[in-house]
Amino acid sequence: MTSTATETAGPDREWADVTSSESSLRRFLHGLPGVDQVGAEQRAAGLATRSIKTTAKAYALDLAITMVDLTTLEGQDTPGKVRALCAKAMRPDPSDPSCPSTAAVCIYPDLVATAKAALGHSGVHVASVATAFPSGRAAMEVKLADTRAAVAAGADEVDMVIDRGAFLSGHYLGVFQEIAAVREACGPAHLKVILETGELQTYDNVRRAGWLAMMAGAHFIKTSTGKVQPAATLPVTLVMLEAVRDYREQTGRMIGVKPAGGIRTTKDAIKYLVTVNEIAGPDWLHPDWFRFGASTLLNDLLMQRTRLSTGRYSGHDYFTLD
Amino acid sequence: MSRIDVRKTYKLFIGGEFPRSESGHSYPVHDVRGRFVANAALASRKDARDAVTAARRAFPGWSGRTAYNRGQVVYRIAEVMEDRRPQFVEALRHGEGGTAAAAHKLLDESIDRLVWYAGWADKLAQVVGNANPVAGPFFNLSSPEPTGVVAVLAPQGSSLLGMVSVVAPVVISGNTVVVAASAERPLPAVTFAEVLATSDVPGGVVNLLTGSLDRTARTLASHMDVNAIDLTGLAGEAERATALEVEAAENLKRVRRAPAAEPDWSVSPGLDRMTDFLETKTVWHPIGV
Amino acid sequence: MDPTRSPGDRHVFEYAPAPESREIVDIRPSYGLFVGGEFVDGRGRSFKTISPSTEEVLAEVAEADATDVDIAVAAARRAHGRVWGRMPGRERAKYLFRIARIIQERGRELAVLESIDNGKPIKETRDVDVPIAAAHFFYYAGWADKLEYSGHGTESLGVAGQVIPWNFPLLMLAWKIAPALACGNTVVLKPAETTPLTALLFAEICQQADLPPGVVNIITGAGETGRALVSHPDVDKVAFTGSTEVGKAIARAVAGSDKRVTLELGGKAANIVFDDAPVDQAVEGIVNGIFFNQGHVCCAGSRLLVQESVAEEVLARLKRRVATLRMGDPLDKNTDIGAINSAEQLAKIRELSAIGEQEAAGRWSPPCELPEHGFWFPPTIFTGVSQAHRIAREEIFGPVLSVLTFRTPAEAIEKANNTPYGLSAGVWTEKGSRILKMANALRAGVVWANTFNKFDPASPFGGYQESGYGREGGRQGLEAYLR
Repeated sequence: MTSTATETAGPDREWADVTSSESSLRRFLHGLPGVDQVGAEQRAAGLATRSIKTTAKAYALDLAITMVDLTTLEGQDTPGKVRALCAKAMRPDPSDPSCPSTAAVCIYPDLVATAKAALGHSGVHVASVATAFPSGRAAMEVKLADTRAAVAAGADEVDMVIDRGAFLSGHYLGVFQEIAAVREACGPAHLKVILETGELQTYDNVRRAGWLAMMAGAHFIKTSTGKVQPAATLPVTLVMLEAVRDYREQTGRMIGVKPAGGIRTTKDAIKYLVTVNEIAGPDWLHPDWFRFGASTLLNDLLMQRTRLSTGRYSGHDYFTLD
Repeated sequence: MSRIDVRKTYKLFIGGEFPRSESGHSYPVHDVRGRFVANAALASRKDARDAVTAARRAFPGWSGRTAYNRGQVVYRIAEVMEDRRPQFVEALRHGEGGTAAAAHKLLDESIDRLVWYAGWADKLAQVVGNANPVAGPFFNLSSPEPTGVVAVLAPQGSSLLGMVSVVAPVVISGNTVVVAASAERPLPAVTFAEVLATSDVPGGVVNLLTGSLDRTARTLASHMDVNAIDLTGLAGEAERATALEVEAAENLKRVRRAPAAEPDWSVSPGLDRMTDFLETKTVWHPIGV
Repeated sequence: MDPTRSPGDRHVFEYAPAPESREIVDIRPSYGLFVGGEFVDGRGRSFKTISPSTEEVLAEVAEADATDVDIAVAAARRAHGRVWGRMPGRERAKYLFRIARIIQERGRELAVLESIDNGKPIKETRDVDVPIAAAHFFYYAGWADKLEYSGHGTESLGVAGQVIPWNFPLLMLAWKIAPALACGNTVVLKPAETTPLTALLFAEICQQADLPPGVVNIITGAGETGRALVSHPDVDKVAFTGSTEVGKAIARAVAGSDKRVTLELGGKAANIVFDDAPVDQAVEGIVNGIFFNQGHVCCAGSRLLVQESVAEEVLARLKRRVATLRMGDPLDKNTDIGAINSAEQLAKIRELSAIGEQEAAGRWSPPCELPEHGFWFPPTIFTGVSQAHRIAREEIFGPVLSVLTFRTPAEAIEKANNTPYGLSAGVWTEKGSRILKMANALRAGVVWANTFNKFDPASPFGGYQESGYGREGGRQGLEAYLR
């Protein structure tokens, strides 16, 4: 994977003095502009009324497919399940070779090697969760070992979780340092930082956590583990898109956004693409900068794609379940 | 051979569904001439408990809706009732006797009463709430809020107009309710529940128990998760009503006492059936740069 | 368009046309006046109403002359005396509930018609104008049988003569008719000459609701018709929404009479943004404040007062946001900004903008392709404006924002109040006490804090000073129609 953003090794040096102490970091984060909940939600609702039809819809569908991180994160996952997932990710529509592949598969670290073997040189990436996903409640050494193991097994991307307990109790510097350490443990792999917005609860917290992750070296900020409700929502993603837009404005560094969990229909996915387009801008309309963490979404995208090309509504028998 | 009709089964209404009593019991309902009409569910104290649970679950959603929305929902109840005239007229004539014309008139008043209450949803705060001119640099606002889950003993005599008149004022402001219908005339209430089920009323906002108050009233009066109780259904029964009021004191329920006699329901109600089940919240905020 | 090309490419997400169908609307070639429950021919000339986005002629509309006005007022008087004024409130309520329901049922039809006739985007008519119009009828329906709780009396005044503007045709009709009828009055209403069609469709709705004849009368026409109506000796109550100039003329005309009057006139609202505002939402609020409805809003936030310390940042974000606004076919569901309502209004906007260009430091509009036909004006921002400039004092009534700066809250208050108008104001800050302090100090009938252009039938609306007097909406809105 190439990236046109400037590769920095670890946290941006720009923030060295802000992150020199807990209190200066808190003052910085609390000095970011607040988010009015009602205003943010109304803006998101307004964007959701955009009507995307015909050629625009065809473009959006194909784009959305290429942005999917096809996900399975279950205790009952097996190599067989992961191989089937990889087959689907490489060729989502068995009856249509023109259908693009997804961006990546997203799985637990102990299945990375299986996925890597199954995906070969297809171009589909392997994203592995790590750092005691989904709770993040484990000792630092364990979380770093988890990360290194995933990378050693061949993961192209690592999706980590932040320590929400530390964040909510105000230990921002600890959260920052943890992200920076995981970033280092990632080596060449790209780091997505899961904020778990459902637990952060306020948009102000989402903005602060998003900035914290970016300052510490995230390549992507991600909404959720998908294990906590609510997972991704349009307004939360909007706030994160504002954050990455502002961050690039200030530092020149571009960072991606990944909403995950709860995005089940094409209609939903298109709302997100509209939001990316109008909030962060078209530069982010690419799998290098925007992903959907999803599983059932893919089939709905495929069904809509089929309807656009054949004129008929499709059914589940025409698509694989995994 | 003349056609046999398919008779309706009269069940309870809890959480938006129509279960039989968990006790499996029923009791015969007779018309004014003593003839058998139907078996109705004989609600048990466990049914009462389940109804309270359903009402509590429905409370955050119902009280969280806009007043406009609640008004629209209650107006829709009136729409659907109007559309179901024949069933109500028949149920009224069974239970209260009288001519068809008299039953139609009672139904007219019941529907109009619902419409009257529907219109209160987005106005009550303007009439009983207000800004307060305190002596200091503070913004101060008092607003009415629904108290929570309200148990209502519906009147024994007026089984439709009276029933609507005790239920509508409670729910329009956002409370959820467990209603114990008239013991001997429960059928209009059950038909009313069927109307609720088809009028966009969320499940659990109104829950209906039929049967003798002996089985359910004490459970409701003593239940610690019920915030208020309306004893109208025990009009004229001072001793029983007092015993329930004593029970209700355990969690300081707001109590609307039983009147000496059932009121004249055709008289236009005032605000008290709504305000009895409202709390006033007063908020202060400093004014300064 | 293949999104799987090499990652270096970036794409433009072009929204294909997404037109709302016109099929639901049936515009007749010509319309008469709605008097006494029926459509009747007018005695005056007829005039044409056009679509401001395409300049196509939509229909011929009757112009009511003085005799027509007389007949309409007589019909309203008869209906008041014999039917409506003596009808119990609970029955009046049910007619109004019916009307509210039918507005909901025919909502899409009304929205499409309004967009075609007015030029505003379907997104707004569908999501704002029509739903709030229905809500007004629902809200006031519920007052009809509760007047004893209003605090303003329980008796109707009689016949109301109502003249409404072109910027929110159906919504302004609802604001006028709903409370009047709820209180037992009958009405003769004149819609604006450039936007009569939804009022005429409303007349049909009155018929569908079986409203007794003469309770609502709709007479179309222009300035002369309006003058005849408001000065008619048998009109008990005058309600006018429109320009301050005409409002003053009405105030003079009714002097010495028994007529009750309410006026809802112009404004030059200050939208005040402090350094601790939630900045992204504040930018939305600024955009909404002046570009919603093409700026044809009496309470538009047409003056941005931004705290000097954040002015540059706010303006940069504002311009970036304005550049994503989509201007075009009002019936396209993705259009944000529609057409200017008339050639006349467009000329006024251009004139004042030309003056602004000379006065102000900078003029900016996003790059915009204007359609060939129709009346269009791109969103425009003037920076470096001061209170002395005409574009800071005069109402432009178009998508034109004047930007001024301030240093302290006291200065913001002073500048905001430094106007003969007083309709509305906006305040953006995360500090609660400051919101309340500003709200107290601002001489405006509506103060929006951390939001803008919010309307609800339960919320009273109206201005101070030359923005008019009287309130519409809420319990206070009943005062105008009761004794």
